[in-house]
Amino acid sequence: MSATEISNDRELFTETVPGGAMWSHVLRRHQSLRLTDLTGGANVAMLLYNRDLPLERYNMPDTLKAQHTAFLTAGCVLYSDMGRILCSVTHDSCGWHDTFCGLGDAALAQSKYGTQRYQEHRNEFVRNTRDELLIELSKWGLGLRDLVPNLNLFSKVSPDESGQLRFVSGHSNAGACVELRAEMNVLVVLSTCPHPLDPAPRYAPKPVQLRVYRSAPPAADDPCRTSRPENARGFQNTERMFLA
Amino acid sequence: MNTSQIFTHSRLDPERAAHTGVVAAGEPWVGRIHEGQVLRIVDLEGNQAVDTLFFNAADPSERYSSTDTIRLQGSLYLTTGTVLRSNLGAPMLTIVADTCGRHDTLGGACSSESNTVRYGEHTKYMHSCRDSFLLAAATSGLPLDKRDLTSNINFFMNVPVTPQGALSFEDGLSAGGKYVELRAQMDVICLVSNCPQLNNPCNAYNPTPIRWLVWNAEPENPSRGS
Repeated sequence: MSATEISNDRELFTETVPGGAMWSHVLRRHQSLRLTDLTGGANVAMLLYNRDLPLERYNMPDTLKAQHTAFLTAGCVLYSDMGRILCSVTHDSCGWHDTFCGLGDAALAQSKYGTQRYQEHRNEFVRNTRDELLIELSKWGLGLRDLVPNLNLFSKVSPDESGQLRFVSGHSNAGACVELRAEMNVLVVLSTCPHPLDPAPRYAPKPVQLRVYRSAPPAADDPCRTSRPENARGFQNTERMFLA
Repeated sequence: MNTSQIFTHSRLDPERAAHTGVVAAGEPWVGRIHEGQVLRIVDLEGNQAVDTLFFNAADPSERYSSTDTIRLQGSLYLTTGTVLRSNLGAPMLTIVADTCGRHDTLGGACSSESNTVRYGEHTKYMHSCRDSFLLAAATSGLPLDKRDLTSNINFFMNVPVTPQGALSFEDGLSAGGKYVELRAQMDVICLVSNCPQLNNPCNAYNPTPIRWLVWNAEPENPSRGS
Protein backbone atom coordinates (compact mmCIF):
# COMPACT_ATOMS: atom_id res chain seq x y z
CA MET A 1 0.00 0.00 0.00
CA SER A 2 1.58 3.28 -1.06
CA ALA A 3 0.73 6.65 0.36
CA THR A 4 -1.15 9.03 -1.89
CA GLU A 5 0.74 11.84 -3.61
CA ILE A 6 0.66 15.14 -1.75
CA SER A 7 -0.06 17.85 -4.33
CA ASN A 8 1.90 21.10 -4.23
CA ASP A 9 -1.14 23.18 -3.38
CA ARG A 10 -1.77 21.07 -0.26
CA GLU A 11 1.80 20.81 1.03
CA LEU A 12 2.61 23.24 3.84
CA PHE A 13 6.19 22.26 4.71
CA THR A 14 8.66 19.41 4.91
CA GLU A 15 11.33 18.95 7.54
CA THR A 16 13.80 16.20 8.35
CA VAL A 17 14.30 15.59 12.05
CA PRO A 18 17.64 13.90 12.75
CA GLY A 19 17.87 10.87 15.04
CA GLY A 20 17.92 11.68 18.75
CA ALA A 21 16.16 15.03 18.28
CA MET A 22 12.90 16.59 19.47
CA TRP A 23 10.17 18.53 17.69
CA SER A 24 6.79 20.07 18.34
CA HIS A 25 4.16 21.74 16.21
CA VAL A 26 0.48 22.62 16.24
CA LEU A 27 -1.48 20.76 13.57
CA ARG A 28 -4.62 22.68 12.75
CA ARG A 29 -7.81 20.66 12.43
CA HIS A 30 -7.79 18.62 9.20
CA GLN A 31 -4.11 19.16 8.57
CA SER A 32 -2.10 15.96 8.26
CA LEU A 33 1.38 14.88 9.28
CA ARG A 34 3.15 12.23 7.22
CA LEU A 35 6.12 10.66 9.03
CA THR A 36 8.61 8.66 6.96
CA ASP A 37 11.34 6.41 8.35
CA LEU A 38 14.16 7.43 6.00
CA THR A 39 16.71 4.70 6.79
CA GLY A 40 14.71 1.95 8.56
CA GLY A 41 14.71 1.23 12.28
CA ALA A 42 13.39 4.64 13.36
CA ASN A 43 11.38 5.28 16.53
CA VAL A 44 9.18 8.30 17.16
CA ALA A 45 7.96 8.77 20.72
CA MET A 46 4.89 10.98 20.43
CA LEU A 47 2.38 12.75 22.65
CA LEU A 48 -0.72 14.70 21.55
CA TYR A 49 -2.65 17.48 23.32
CA ASN A 50 -5.74 19.53 22.53
CA ARG A 51 -4.02 22.78 21.61
CA ASP A 52 -7.01 24.81 22.78
CA LEU A 53 -6.95 23.24 26.27
CA PRO A 54 -3.91 20.97 26.80
CA LEU A 55 -5.48 19.42 29.92
CA GLU A 56 -7.17 17.22 27.31
CA ARG A 57 -4.49 14.83 26.07
CA TYR A 58 -3.78 11.50 24.41
CA ASN A 59 -5.01 8.63 26.55
CA MET A 60 -3.45 5.25 25.91
CA PRO A 61 -6.00 3.09 27.78
CA ASP A 62 -9.01 4.83 26.23
CA THR A 63 -7.44 4.45 22.77
CA LEU A 64 -6.78 0.75 23.27
CA LYS A 65 -10.03 -0.31 24.92
CA ALA A 66 -12.31 1.61 22.54
CA GLN A 67 -10.72 -0.27 19.62
CA HIS A 68 -9.92 -3.59 21.35
CA THR A 69 -6.33 -3.39 20.24
CA ALA A 70 -2.93 -3.11 21.91
CA PHE A 71 -1.25 -1.53 18.86
CA LEU A 72 -2.08 1.09 16.24
CA THR A 73 -2.32 1.00 12.46
CA ALA A 74 -4.39 2.50 9.62
CA GLY A 75 -8.09 2.83 10.47
CA CYS A 76 -7.35 3.43 14.16
CA VAL A 77 -7.86 6.76 15.88
CA LEU A 78 -6.03 8.30 18.84
CA TYR A 79 -8.40 9.18 21.66
CA SER A 80 -8.07 11.93 24.21
CA ASP A 81 -9.15 11.44 27.83
CA MET A 82 -12.40 13.27 26.99
CA GLY A 83 -13.93 10.76 24.57
CA ARG A 84 -12.77 12.76 21.55
CA ILE A 85 -10.39 12.04 18.69
CA LEU A 86 -7.11 13.93 18.50
CA CYS A 87 -5.85 12.28 15.30
CA SER A 88 -6.85 9.55 12.86
CA VAL A 89 -4.30 7.12 11.42
CA THR A 90 -5.16 7.59 7.75
CA HIS A 91 -2.28 5.60 6.25
CA ASP A 92 0.29 3.13 7.53
CA SER A 93 2.77 0.91 5.72
CA CYS A 94 4.20 -0.48 8.99
CA GLY A 95 1.29 -2.45 10.43
CA TRP A 96 2.07 -2.02 14.13
CA HIS A 97 3.00 0.99 16.25
CA ASP A 98 3.77 0.43 19.93
CA THR A 99 1.50 1.93 22.57
CA PHE A 100 2.53 0.48 25.93
CA CYS A 101 6.33 0.52 26.36
CA GLY A 102 6.70 4.19 27.20
CA LEU A 103 10.03 5.95 26.97
CA GLY A 104 13.67 5.67 27.87
CA ASP A 105 15.27 7.99 30.41
CA ALA A 106 18.80 9.09 31.34
CA ALA A 107 19.34 6.05 33.58
CA LEU A 108 18.44 3.67 30.76
CA ALA A 109 20.67 5.51 28.26
CA GLN A 110 23.56 5.43 30.72
CA SER A 111 23.18 1.68 31.36
CA LYS A 112 22.83 0.84 27.67
CA TYR A 113 25.16 3.25 25.93
CA GLY A 114 27.51 4.45 28.66
CA THR A 115 28.53 8.04 29.16
CA GLN A 116 28.60 10.12 26.00
CA ARG A 117 28.47 13.76 27.05
CA TYR A 118 28.07 16.91 25.02
CA GLN A 119 31.49 18.13 26.20
CA GLU A 120 33.31 15.36 24.33
CA HIS A 121 30.79 14.50 21.60
CA ARG A 122 29.12 17.84 20.83
CA ASN A 123 25.77 17.25 19.13
CA GLU A 124 26.43 13.52 18.81
CA PHE A 125 25.91 13.19 22.58
CA VAL A 126 23.47 10.58 23.89
CA ARG A 127 20.02 11.98 24.50
CA ASN A 128 16.92 10.31 25.90
CA THR A 129 13.20 10.53 25.27
CA ARG A 130 12.03 11.62 28.74
CA ASP A 131 14.39 14.59 28.85
CA GLU A 132 13.52 15.59 25.28
CA LEU A 133 9.75 15.41 25.79
CA LEU A 134 10.09 17.42 29.01
CA ILE A 135 12.12 20.08 27.22
CA GLU A 136 9.66 20.29 24.36
CA LEU A 137 6.59 20.28 26.66
CA SER A 138 8.14 23.06 28.72
CA LYS A 139 8.17 25.30 25.65
CA TRP A 140 4.35 25.14 25.71
CA GLY A 141 3.97 25.70 29.46
CA LEU A 142 3.55 21.97 30.10
CA GLY A 143 5.71 19.70 32.25
CA LEU A 144 6.16 16.47 34.17
CA ARG A 145 2.48 16.25 35.18
CA ASP A 146 1.54 16.36 31.49
CA LEU A 147 3.91 13.55 30.51
CA VAL A 148 1.63 10.53 30.06
CA PRO A 149 2.11 7.14 28.34
CA ASN A 150 3.28 7.86 24.80
CA LEU A 151 3.13 6.27 21.36
CA ASN A 152 6.23 4.76 19.77
CA LEU A 153 5.67 5.02 16.03
CA PHE A 154 7.59 2.55 13.80
CA SER A 155 8.31 0.19 16.73
CA LYS A 156 6.79 -3.22 17.43
CA VAL A 157 6.86 -5.02 20.76
CA SER A 158 4.62 -8.05 21.10
CA PRO A 159 3.75 -10.04 24.21
CA ASP A 160 3.70 -13.83 24.50
CA GLU A 161 0.79 -15.61 26.19
CA SER A 162 2.21 -14.82 29.63
CA GLY A 163 2.78 -11.14 28.84
CA GLN A 164 6.58 -11.30 28.38
CA LEU A 165 7.57 -8.67 25.82
CA ARG A 166 9.72 -9.09 22.72
CA PHE A 167 11.10 -6.16 20.70
CA VAL A 168 10.85 -6.93 16.97
CA SER A 169 14.10 -5.74 15.40
CA GLY A 170 13.92 -4.65 11.75
CA HIS A 171 10.16 -4.02 11.95
CA SER A 172 10.27 -0.70 10.09
CA ASN A 173 12.03 -0.54 6.73
CA ALA A 174 13.44 2.46 4.90
CA GLY A 175 10.53 4.38 3.38
CA ALA A 176 7.95 3.13 5.88
CA CYS A 177 5.41 5.84 6.50
CA VAL A 178 2.45 6.63 8.70
CA GLU A 179 -0.02 9.51 8.38
CA LEU A 180 -1.96 11.26 11.11
CA ARG A 181 -4.87 13.61 10.36
CA ALA A 182 -5.73 16.09 13.10
CA GLU A 183 -9.42 16.02 14.06
CA MET A 184 -9.04 19.03 16.39
CA ASN A 185 -6.25 21.58 16.82
CA VAL A 186 -3.50 19.31 18.11
CA LEU A 187 -0.16 20.03 19.75
CA VAL A 188 2.22 17.28 18.59
CA VAL A 189 5.36 16.68 20.66
CA LEU A 190 7.87 14.05 19.59
CA SER A 191 11.35 12.65 20.10
CA THR A 192 13.38 10.47 17.72
CA CYS A 193 15.45 8.72 20.42
CA PRO A 194 15.59 4.90 20.30
CA HIS A 195 12.76 2.75 21.67
CA PRO A 196 13.40 1.82 25.33
CA LEU A 197 13.39 -1.93 24.59
CA ASP A 198 15.53 -1.74 21.44
CA PRO A 199 18.36 -4.15 22.29
CA ALA A 200 20.88 -2.54 19.87
CA PRO A 201 23.98 -1.93 22.02
CA ARG A 202 25.11 1.18 20.11
CA TYR A 203 23.31 4.54 20.26
CA ALA A 204 22.29 5.06 16.63
CA PRO A 205 18.98 7.00 16.50
CA LYS A 206 17.44 7.30 13.04
CA PRO A 207 16.16 10.36 11.15
CA VAL A 208 12.51 10.86 10.24
CA GLN A 209 11.00 13.05 7.51
CA LEU A 210 7.94 15.09 8.47
CA ARG A 211 5.55 16.51 5.87
CA VAL A 212 2.66 18.71 6.94
CA TYR A 213 -0.18 19.25 4.48
CA ARG A 214 -3.83 20.23 4.20
CA SER A 215 -6.25 17.32 3.95
CA ALA A 216 -9.98 17.07 3.36
CA PRO A 217 -12.29 16.76 6.36
CA PRO A 218 -13.30 13.12 6.96
CA ALA A 219 -16.29 12.16 4.86
CA ALA A 220 -19.25 10.14 6.11
CA ASP A 221 -17.58 7.00 4.77
CA ASP A 222 -14.09 7.82 6.03
CA PRO A 223 -12.35 4.50 6.88
CA CYS A 224 -11.37 5.69 10.37
CA ARG A 225 -14.95 6.78 11.08
CA THR A 226 -16.48 3.53 9.84
CA SER A 227 -13.84 1.12 11.18
CA ARG A 228 -15.82 0.59 14.40
CA PRO A 229 -19.07 1.92 15.91
CA GLU A 230 -16.96 3.29 18.78
CA ASN A 231 -15.06 5.50 16.35
CA ALA A 232 -18.26 6.83 14.76
CA ARG A 233 -19.27 7.97 18.25
CA GLY A 234 -15.78 9.38 18.87
CA PHE A 235 -16.06 11.50 15.70
CA GLN A 236 -19.52 12.68 16.78
CA ASN A 237 -18.16 13.78 20.18
CA THR A 238 -15.28 15.59 18.46
CA GLU A 239 -17.33 17.33 15.77
CA ARG A 240 -19.74 18.59 18.42
CA MET A 241 -16.91 20.78 19.76
CA PHE A 242 -16.68 22.63 16.43
CA LEU A 243 -20.38 23.16 15.65
CA ALA A 244 -20.87 26.81 14.77
CA MET B 1 6.23 -16.18 34.72
CA ASN B 2 4.41 -18.70 32.53
CA THR B 3 0.82 -18.88 31.37
CA SER B 4 -0.44 -20.33 34.65
CA GLN B 5 -0.82 -17.78 37.42
CA ILE B 6 1.40 -18.11 40.46
CA PHE B 7 -0.27 -17.51 43.80
CA THR B 8 1.72 -16.27 46.77
CA HIS B 9 0.19 -16.07 50.23
CA SER B 10 1.02 -13.66 53.04
CA ARG B 11 1.89 -14.55 56.62
CA LEU B 12 0.58 -11.24 57.94
CA ASP B 13 -2.22 -11.52 60.49
CA PRO B 14 -5.26 -9.30 59.77
CA GLU B 15 -5.80 -9.05 63.54
CA ARG B 16 -2.48 -7.22 63.80
CA ALA B 17 -3.10 -4.68 61.04
CA ALA B 18 -2.58 -1.07 62.18
CA HIS B 19 -5.48 0.27 60.08
CA THR B 20 -8.28 -1.22 58.04
CA GLY B 21 -11.47 -0.17 56.31
CA VAL B 22 -14.06 -1.10 53.73
CA VAL B 23 -14.66 0.85 50.50
CA ALA B 24 -18.20 0.46 49.17
CA ALA B 25 -18.79 -0.21 45.49
CA GLY B 26 -18.45 2.95 43.43
CA GLU B 27 -16.64 4.96 46.11
CA PRO B 28 -13.08 6.34 46.27
CA TRP B 29 -10.50 5.97 49.04
CA VAL B 30 -7.40 8.07 49.72
CA GLY B 31 -4.76 6.62 52.05
CA ARG B 32 -1.20 7.35 53.07
CA ILE B 33 1.23 4.41 53.20
CA HIS B 34 4.62 5.00 54.79
CA GLU B 35 7.86 3.44 53.57
CA GLY B 36 8.08 -0.11 54.95
CA GLN B 37 4.34 -0.43 55.59
CA VAL B 38 2.37 -3.12 53.82
CA LEU B 39 -0.96 -2.46 52.10
CA ARG B 40 -3.37 -5.31 51.37
CA ILE B 41 -6.44 -4.92 49.16
CA VAL B 42 -9.04 -7.68 49.49
CA ASP B 43 -11.62 -8.45 46.80
CA LEU B 44 -14.37 -9.30 49.31
CA GLU B 45 -16.96 -10.80 46.99
CA GLY B 46 -14.98 -11.47 43.81
CA ASN B 47 -14.30 -10.02 40.34
CA GLN B 48 -14.16 -6.42 41.53
CA ALA B 49 -11.85 -4.06 39.64
CA VAL B 50 -9.95 -1.71 41.97
CA ASP B 51 -8.60 1.26 40.00
CA THR B 52 -5.50 2.48 41.82
CA LEU B 53 -2.96 5.30 41.52
CA PHE B 54 0.06 6.02 43.72
CA PHE B 55 1.82 9.33 44.28
CA ASN B 56 5.04 10.22 46.07
CA ALA B 57 3.70 11.79 49.29
CA ALA B 58 6.56 14.32 49.32
CA ASP B 59 5.96 15.49 45.73
CA PRO B 60 2.90 14.14 43.89
CA SER B 61 4.30 15.14 40.48
CA GLU B 62 6.20 11.86 40.94
CA ARG B 63 3.54 9.20 40.43
CA TYR B 64 2.88 5.63 39.38
CA SER B 65 3.76 4.99 35.73
CA SER B 66 2.29 1.99 33.93
CA THR B 67 4.74 2.26 31.04
CA ASP B 68 7.85 2.53 33.23
CA THR B 69 6.60 -0.45 35.24
CA ILE B 70 6.01 -2.48 32.06
CA ARG B 71 9.29 -1.60 30.33
CA LEU B 72 11.45 -2.19 33.39
CA GLN B 73 9.97 -5.65 34.06
CA GLY B 74 9.66 -6.49 30.33
CA SER B 75 6.18 -7.86 30.91
CA LEU B 76 2.57 -6.62 30.67
CA TYR B 77 0.91 -8.02 33.78
CA LEU B 78 1.41 -7.28 37.46
CA THR B 79 1.90 -10.01 40.09
CA THR B 80 4.19 -10.99 42.97
CA GLY B 81 7.64 -9.54 42.40
CA THR B 82 6.41 -6.67 40.24
CA VAL B 83 8.04 -3.39 41.25
CA LEU B 84 5.64 -0.49 40.70
CA ARG B 85 7.72 2.28 39.14
CA SER B 86 7.24 6.01 39.18
CA ASN B 87 7.38 8.33 36.17
CA LEU B 88 10.99 8.96 37.25
CA GLY B 89 11.76 5.22 37.15
CA ALA B 90 11.98 4.93 40.96
CA PRO B 91 10.57 1.92 42.85
CA MET B 92 7.42 3.00 44.71
CA LEU B 93 6.00 -0.29 45.99
CA THR B 94 6.62 -4.01 45.39
CA ILE B 95 3.90 -6.65 45.17
CA VAL B 96 4.84 -9.13 47.92
CA ALA B 97 1.78 -11.39 47.95
CA ASP B 98 -0.95 -12.12 45.42
CA THR B 99 -3.65 -14.79 45.57
CA CYS B 100 -5.25 -13.64 42.30
CA GLY B 101 -2.20 -14.09 40.06
CA ARG B 102 -2.55 -11.32 37.51
CA HIS B 103 -3.52 -7.67 37.55
CA ASP B 104 -3.97 -5.19 34.69
CA THR B 105 -2.29 -1.87 34.01
CA LEU B 106 -3.35 -1.24 30.39
CA GLY B 107 -7.11 -0.81 30.80
CA GLY B 108 -7.10 2.54 32.57
CA ALA B 109 -10.12 3.98 34.35
CA CYS B 110 -13.66 4.29 33.04
CA SER B 111 -15.03 7.80 32.51
CA SER B 112 -18.31 9.32 31.46
CA GLU B 113 -16.69 10.50 28.23
CA SER B 114 -15.06 7.20 27.25
CA ASN B 115 -18.26 5.37 28.15
CA THR B 116 -20.09 7.36 25.45
CA VAL B 117 -17.51 6.14 22.91
CA ARG B 118 -17.45 2.54 24.08
CA TYR B 119 -21.11 1.95 24.89
CA GLY B 120 -23.13 4.86 23.50
CA GLU B 121 -24.66 8.15 24.56
CA HIS B 122 -27.08 6.44 26.98
CA THR B 123 -24.15 5.61 29.33
CA LYS B 124 -23.01 9.24 29.65
CA TYR B 125 -24.67 9.86 33.01
CA MET B 126 -23.58 6.64 34.69
CA HIS B 127 -21.10 6.79 37.59
CA SER B 128 -17.46 6.24 36.64
CA CYS B 129 -13.99 5.82 38.13
CA ARG B 130 -12.72 9.13 36.83
CA ASP B 131 -15.52 10.98 38.59
CA SER B 132 -14.51 9.23 41.82
CA PHE B 133 -10.85 10.09 41.22
CA LEU B 134 -11.67 13.75 40.47
CA LEU B 135 -13.86 14.19 43.54
CA ALA B 136 -11.36 12.46 45.82
CA ALA B 137 -8.53 14.60 44.41
CA ALA B 138 -10.54 17.81 44.74
CA THR B 139 -11.51 17.13 48.37
CA SER B 140 -8.31 15.46 49.58
CA GLY B 141 -6.50 18.65 50.57
CA LEU B 142 -3.62 17.36 48.43
CA PRO B 143 -2.25 19.15 45.36
CA LEU B 144 -3.94 16.72 42.98
CA ASP B 145 -6.26 17.36 40.04
CA LYS B 146 -7.02 16.04 36.56
CA ARG B 147 -3.44 16.65 35.35
CA ASP B 148 -2.27 14.09 37.91
CA LEU B 149 -4.58 11.33 36.71
CA THR B 150 -2.61 8.96 34.52
CA SER B 151 -2.78 5.31 33.47
CA ASN B 152 -3.66 3.39 36.60
CA ILE B 153 -3.51 -0.15 37.94
CA ASN B 154 -6.65 -2.28 37.87
CA PHE B 155 -6.23 -4.78 40.65
CA PHE B 156 -8.18 -8.04 40.09
CA MET B 157 -8.99 -7.07 36.48
CA ASN B 158 -8.20 -9.34 33.55
CA VAL B 159 -7.24 -7.62 30.28
CA PRO B 160 -5.36 -10.18 28.19
CA VAL B 161 -3.36 -9.12 25.13
CA THR B 162 -2.71 -11.76 22.47
CA PRO B 163 0.63 -12.05 20.60
CA GLN B 164 -1.31 -10.65 17.59
CA GLY B 165 -2.12 -7.53 19.62
CA ALA B 166 -5.83 -8.05 20.35
CA LEU B 167 -6.94 -6.63 23.68
CA SER B 168 -10.14 -7.49 25.53
CA PHE B 169 -11.82 -7.13 28.89
CA GLU B 170 -12.46 -10.66 30.13
CA ASP B 171 -14.16 -12.21 33.11
CA GLY B 172 -12.02 -11.75 36.18
CA LEU B 173 -9.61 -14.37 37.50
CA SER B 174 -10.47 -13.19 40.96
CA ALA B 175 -12.90 -14.57 43.54
CA GLY B 176 -14.21 -13.63 46.96
CA GLY B 177 -11.39 -13.27 49.50
CA LYS B 178 -8.55 -12.99 46.99
CA TYR B 179 -6.03 -10.30 47.81
CA VAL B 180 -2.91 -8.46 46.68
CA GLU B 181 -0.31 -7.08 49.05
CA LEU B 182 2.28 -4.36 48.45
CA ARG B 183 5.22 -3.09 50.49
CA ALA B 184 5.93 0.62 50.13
CA GLN B 185 9.46 1.69 49.21
CA MET B 186 8.71 5.37 49.69
CA ASP B 187 5.98 7.32 51.49
CA VAL B 188 3.05 7.22 49.07
CA ILE B 189 -0.49 8.47 48.71
CA CYS B 190 -2.82 5.77 47.44
CA LEU B 191 -5.87 6.87 45.43
CA VAL B 192 -8.45 4.15 44.81
CA SER B 193 -11.70 4.07 42.88
CA ASN B 194 -13.73 0.98 43.65
CA CYS B 195 -14.98 0.66 40.08
CA PRO B 196 -18.71 1.25 39.34
CA GLN B 197 -18.58 0.08 35.68
CA LEU B 198 -21.73 -1.85 34.69
CA ASN B 199 -21.15 -2.09 30.93
CA ASN B 200 -18.48 -4.82 30.74
CA PRO B 201 -17.49 -7.92 32.73
CA CYS B 202 -14.72 -6.19 34.74
CA ASN B 203 -16.94 -6.26 37.86
CA ALA B 204 -19.04 -9.26 36.79
CA TYR B 205 -21.82 -6.65 36.18
CA ASN B 206 -22.18 -6.37 39.95
CA PRO B 207 -19.79 -3.94 41.70
CA THR B 208 -19.06 -5.01 45.29
CA PRO B 209 -17.08 -3.69 48.31
CA ILE B 210 -13.38 -4.15 48.99
CA ARG B 211 -11.35 -4.08 52.20
CA TRP B 212 -7.95 -2.44 52.73
CA LEU B 213 -5.51 -3.21 55.54
CA VAL B 214 -2.20 -1.55 56.45
CA TRP B 215 0.47 -3.19 58.60
CA ASN B 216 3.32 -1.26 60.15
CA ALA B 217 6.87 -2.17 59.19
CA GLU B 218 8.13 -5.03 61.33
CA PRO B 219 11.85 -4.53 61.89
CA GLU B 220 12.28 -7.97 63.51
CA ASN B 221 10.82 -9.64 60.41
CA PRO B 222 11.53 -7.38 57.46
CA SER B 223 11.01 -10.06 54.71
CA ARG B 224 11.93 -7.51 52.06
CA GLY B 225 10.39 -7.85 48.63
CA SER B 226 12.74 -8.40 45.73
